[in-house]
Amino acid sequence: MKFFPLLWTGLWRKKARTVFTLLSIVIAFLLFGLLQGVNAWLNSFGTGSNANRVYTVSRISEVQPLPDAYLHQIEAVPGIHRATYIAGITGYYQEQKNALVAFATDVKTFFDLYPEWQIAPEQLDAMGRVRTGAIVAAPLMRAFGWKIGDRLPLRTSVMKRDGSADWDFEIVGTYDVPTNPTEANRIIVNYGYFDEARLLDRGTAWAFVASVKDLNRSAQVCAAVDALFVNSAYETVTQDEKAYVQGQLRSLGDVSLMANAIVAAVLFTLLFLTGNTMMQSVRERTPELAILKTVGFSDGAVTALVLIESTMLCVLAAALGLAAAAAVFPVTAALGIGGSTLPLRVVAFGLAMAVILALASGAPPAWRARRLVIVDALAGR
Amino acid sequence: MTALVSLKGIVKRYVRGKQRVEVLHGIDLEIRAGEFLALMGPSGSGKTTLLNLIGGIDRADEGDLIVAGDRINGLTSRQLARWRARHVGFVFQFYNLMPLLSAEQNVELPLLMTGLSKAQRSANVGAALELVGLADRASHKPAELSGGQQQRVAIARALVADPTLLVCDEPTGDLDREMAEQILDLLKIVNREQQKTIVMVTHDPKAAERATRQLHLDKGHLIHSQSNLAA
Repeated sequence: MKFFPLLWTGLWRKKARTVFTLLSIVIAFLLFGLLQGVNAWLNSFGTGSNANRVYTVSRISEVQPLPDAYLHQIEAVPGIHRATYIAGITGYYQEQKNALVAFATDVKTFFDLYPEWQIAPEQLDAMGRVRTGAIVAAPLMRAFGWKIGDRLPLRTSVMKRDGSADWDFEIVGTYDVPTNPTEANRIIVNYGYFDEARLLDRGTAWAFVASVKDLNRSAQVCAAVDALFVNSAYETVTQDEKAYVQGQLRSLGDVSLMANAIVAAVLFTLLFLTGNTMMQSVRERTPELAILKTVGFSDGAVTALVLIESTMLCVLAAALGLAAAAAVFPVTAALGIGGSTLPLRVVAFGLAMAVILALASGAPPAWRARRLVIVDALAGR
Repeated sequence: MTALVSLKGIVKRYVRGKQRVEVLHGIDLEIRAGEFLALMGPSGSGKTTLLNLIGGIDRADEGDLIVAGDRINGLTSRQLARWRARHVGFVFQFYNLMPLLSAEQNVELPLLMTGLSKAQRSANVGAALELVGLADRASHKPAELSGGQQQRVAIARALVADPTLLVCDEPTGDLDREMAEQILDLLKIVNREQQKTIVMVTHDPKAAERATRQLHLDKGHLIHSQSNLAA
């Protein structure tokens, strides 16, 4: 602590330069926090998977609908416990930025298949009575200020038989997923109503979800399901939940590689920016560093001072950037993008990166300070 | 009186471009403890080079240099830094204070590398500033002080670690006559009352008169020594 005034004043010698460098690092680490946080969120998909659940989709493409009649054949496969279909509507509420996805399914079976999705039994029963009913994720209810009994108009691209693409639902219940709150971002509606009301693709579903009786036979059951539809017009691929979710993520592209590439490019640029700032700062202070050596600071002590100063700058800025990223996360999570909190391991990794950045960018000026010859520096040579 | 500083056959060369220039040619010199020595001579005579060697911020190419019992040309860079912290206080023509630190923070600098507690450091800094008459300006930054006051802060910084030897390079060179007299009075007090050995480089004959001995250098040779019995 006794060196703090020396370090602090050194850092703020040129206020404007330090502020701009600080801001650059803050923004870089905000980007780092957001990208790595989203990356961690995406990678967390499937980690809490229920191995009992298996998913059947089209072998050609996940967006290729399958006949809903497949449901009865899937249910009949030995080893399948329960099954249902999932169709969907994508649209928005009031403004395009409020994008939402609704799953149309056999609601009772669906919640049986997802026991970790918690809903009050009477609200689930209400779906049986209200054909246009909707069960909405609790975070969405909070984000849009909805309450049970409200009307939920969705503007979509799915045409209804009456020629409109606006779907009206009535909120009859809400659910939450305490074990994985990020999953609670969907609206659940009755497949029966949805299928009857839509104009196109009637009698089809995006996917089928089923539970298997014996985990150890999951692979054989998946193979048996797919065998049913071999050489049909709609061949299928059936996978357990983890494989299915990871497959969906792969279809987005290698998000992890993209995020890491962007972060690496930003940090590489920062390396030069911070290094340049530190180099200028050390060059300006050449006589002062010489005085420190004159009054008894060793070469190692002067080197350490420059490196600590660089570390203070980078870690302070990185902490501010990561704090800003952490503040953004709950906002985006409410809209269904990213986790509700910035993972701690991303914060720890970010701070470690800041230290590495500081040491790498501080090394050349620190070396210059170390090699500084007192008499030459005092003589301005 | 024993010799605090002993130089035998000191040679110093510099490389300037492709040329190797010998600045000091076999200097022999002894400085007794408690002396106030003025080094004089024309520009380029090697005064500052000799002062830098005695202060341990430069190294001789040949010869033996013993200061305060230590053969300093044999010390490593790290040992030399520690030796300087313990034995030498420096005063420069242009003060060389840290512009963003206050007077007391500047004075505290040599103590940061010691194991003294904050309270001890504070007490020593207070005493040093008191000695130079700037206790009431402790929180002022160098830009808020006059040239004379800045040089007093530099002297306080040089004295705060209680060094054996004070080396001063043109300490009055940037001051007007009145300020210069005040600084020389202060150095004289430090020499007489604190028994500090002082080696001072100066162009100013009036300043040199304050010393107990004057040495003249010319072209890297000691050419004349004169005692000021009245000083």
